[in-house]
Amino acid sequence: MPKMNLSHFEAAFLFALFSSVVLGVVTKKNDKDRLRYGATCFGYFLLALFGIGWAMKLGHG
Amino acid sequence: MATKAVTKAPSVPASVWALPVFVAWMIPGGGHLMLKQRGRAILIAVSVTMMFLIGLMMRGAMFHLDKGDLLTTVINYGGFVSNLATGALYLLTTMLGYSQLDVAGHVHDYGTKFLVTAGLLNILAMVDVYEIATGKKD
Repeated sequence: MPKMNLSHFEAAFLFALFSSVVLGVVTKKNDKDRLRYGATCFGYFLLALFGIGWAMKLGHG
Repeated sequence: MATKAVTKAPSVPASVWALPVFVAWMIPGGGHLMLKQRGRAILIAVSVTMMFLIGLMMRGAMFHLDKGDLLTTVINYGGFVSNLATGALYLLTTMLGYSQLDVAGHVHDYGTKFLVTAGLLNILAMVDVYEIATGKKD
């Protein structure tokens, strides 16, 4: 099994992507709502990723 | 004395949903495929399997049923159940001898989280299969 070295951003991006896909697929009742919910989840994941990242950078000075 | 009329939805026999839910546990996306939800089956299969494989390639650790203080026990047991929820992926991996120690470093740490989250997402998929099989969802 090859070893994979991902940065924080790459790992968090993939985590957000796969989680959002499954959350979108299992949650809503039609494809349009599923797509919208999955995209919204992904957007919130990225928002949290950048927000917390900047908060930690600024907090450390 | 007034009595309340309690209306219960008729229960669906286990024979209707047990097999699809079991297949959904063993093979991510398999339950949806059984219920002829091909598109959703592919999306779940790809997402859960990729998450598990990336977790393995990042050398994430699997949880074991180790006891300690309350928090340690909850984390270990919860992690073990989540790992086990990936079904055949977990069973095959452990049978082939995958054994990664929990070491420091963000790559290993992310790997462990990927392995656990793959199982949690598969649990969501199993619940979805149950709801489709019992007619609670289209």
